[in-house]
Amino acid sequence: MVSFLVTAPILVPLATALLTALYAGRPRAQQAMSLAGALLLLASALALAIQVQGGEAVRLTLGGWAVPFAIELVADRIGAAMTLVAAVMGVAALVFQLSDADPAPLSPALYPLVHALLAGVGGAFLTADLFNLYVWLEVMLIASLGLLAHGTAKRHLEATLKYFVLNVFGTLLILMSVAFLYAVTGHLNYSAIERASSAIDPTFLLPFVAALTVALLIKCGAFPLFAWLPAAYHTLPAPILALFAALTTKVAVYALLRLLGGVFFRAPAALFEALGWIAVATMLAGVMGAAYHWDMRRILAFHIVSQIGYMLLGIALATPTGDLGTIFYVIHHILVKANLFLIAAIVFRLTGSYDLRRIGGLYAAKPWISVLFLVPALSLVGIPPLSGFWAKFILVRESLALGHGVWAAAALLVGFLTLYSMTKIWSEAFWKDHPREDWRPAEDARLTPALAVTCGLAALTLVLGAWPEPFVRYARVAAEVLRAGGGS
Amino acid sequence: MIWAVALGAAALVSAGVYLALLRDVLRSVIGLSLIGAGANLVVLGAGRVASTVPAIVPGGSQTISGAVANPLPQALVLTAIVIGFSLTCFSIAVALAVQQTMRVADSDLLISAEPPPASNGYPPVLDEEP
Repeated sequence: MVSFLVTAPILVPLATALLTALYAGRPRAQQAMSLAGALLLLASALALAIQVQGGEAVRLTLGGWAVPFAIELVADRIGAAMTLVAAVMGVAALVFQLSDADPAPLSPALYPLVHALLAGVGGAFLTADLFNLYVWLEVMLIASLGLLAHGTAKRHLEATLKYFVLNVFGTLLILMSVAFLYAVTGHLNYSAIERASSAIDPTFLLPFVAALTVALLIKCGAFPLFAWLPAAYHTLPAPILALFAALTTKVAVYALLRLLGGVFFRAPAALFEALGWIAVATMLAGVMGAAYHWDMRRILAFHIVSQIGYMLLGIALATPTGDLGTIFYVIHHILVKANLFLIAAIVFRLTGSYDLRRIGGLYAAKPWISVLFLVPALSLVGIPPLSGFWAKFILVRESLALGHGVWAAAALLVGFLTLYSMTKIWSEAFWKDHPREDWRPAEDARLTPALAVTCGLAALTLVLGAWPEPFVRYARVAAEVLRAGGGS
Repeated sequence: MIWAVALGAAALVSAGVYLALLRDVLRSVIGLSLIGAGANLVVLGAGRVASTVPAIVPGGSQTISGAVANPLPQALVLTAIVIGFSLTCFSIAVALAVQQTMRVADSDLLISAEPPPASNGYPPVLDEEP
């Protein structure tokens, strides 16, 4: 029976989405139900993670077929860890929504869409079937389009359209490459594809694997096809923005890690070499884009792009330690990035704008919020005692060990340039005086839920930074299992 | 037969890419749905087009004898068609809403979420309720 636990991170949010949709007319009940569903998801993800901790992956084959033909759900260490972090972010976003710091406008569709998004994320993390991966990515896409189109102002429609066009192109490319890989290997199950592809010339398989890689890179927001991300994210309200920042691109990174690390690891080295240079270009393009902007949301959205570059770098290194770096980086990044967006919303609530030229004076007025901002901001940069340092340290050291000096140098340079953006936010929003003489921080702000969420996430960042050892050990075993076990 | 499927997919994808690259928003979303139709044909072709006999296991036996159509790509393509149809409807609705609210159909003129730099080179303030 324990194997049915692996369906919970999909079924719980789906059921919650249905229930909240049924209670569309009663906002209070809907909100309570939505929070309860998110907590249940967190509990089931936690149970799954504890189950997997012992070493054995939890597997479930659906439909009564034998293994290579049945649709398989697998929670191994990486999948379970990612599901757990996604569930944490779901709870964080829904609790943050209770505050009045830039919450999403309430409408009957809001909670069903959030839970549908979580269901898609859970499915993508736990499936061991290539076509199912496509389906779950589509579920995520549909839910996120609904959330983007939730606002009806001009900028929301425009963002929805821009987000739609490149993302749909990405999913269609995934569908086509899945079809080609099925045509060549005769399988859709990850481990079956891995076994079947061992008998196929890797060079013959390369075009199809490369097409799948490009498609997933579009969904990651990698250079040069990241334009959809900074075009759309800043139009979202804060809790939804944090959820997007935490999950949508990271699902594609996870899929890329799983497929290139565990299924198609025999692909020619040229593919990984190309991925490494794409990673470098992604890091640089993101950080440069961020340097131009003055709106906190736009700065942070461009930093998602640059951080995606680091995660891709770990995959491109194509060693267990590189994969370990990516796993650690993804988990660190989800906690830190979502937290920065949420803190930006608190700053917005207190000062009245997201634009750094219109705000200031928060350090004098609310010193604790400044400290709260510094934890994720310095962690994003990679300052030593924080989680980002360990994530970058693993990747840079492994790049140097493999002789990729330029990649390591780019990673360090981009870390330095990230410091520029974070210093800009620090000095403009916190350090300098508010441009209006008579400005006082908003007194009537209802920030308790927002502060609880952001302090909680900052505490997780501190724990990850102060005691990285157990997490690194967990991720190391996960990375080794990924390579040895053929993906699932 | 497989060549007909391949040619059909190629024609749909190239027509779709041509339309999707146009700056008219409605044409580009219709182009994307044409690419989707091409992708569906690719999925169908991936299972090899050989037989038209449905894959039904006769009563009392465990396996199929003789050449039958591969049922798996049919199941896959059915899923993909449903998803593609819903996304096409959604995207046309969004494209029409964009045209109606902004009074432009050119994607180069969609600048309310991403305004161009002000005259001093700085990004303009997104002065709005978020």
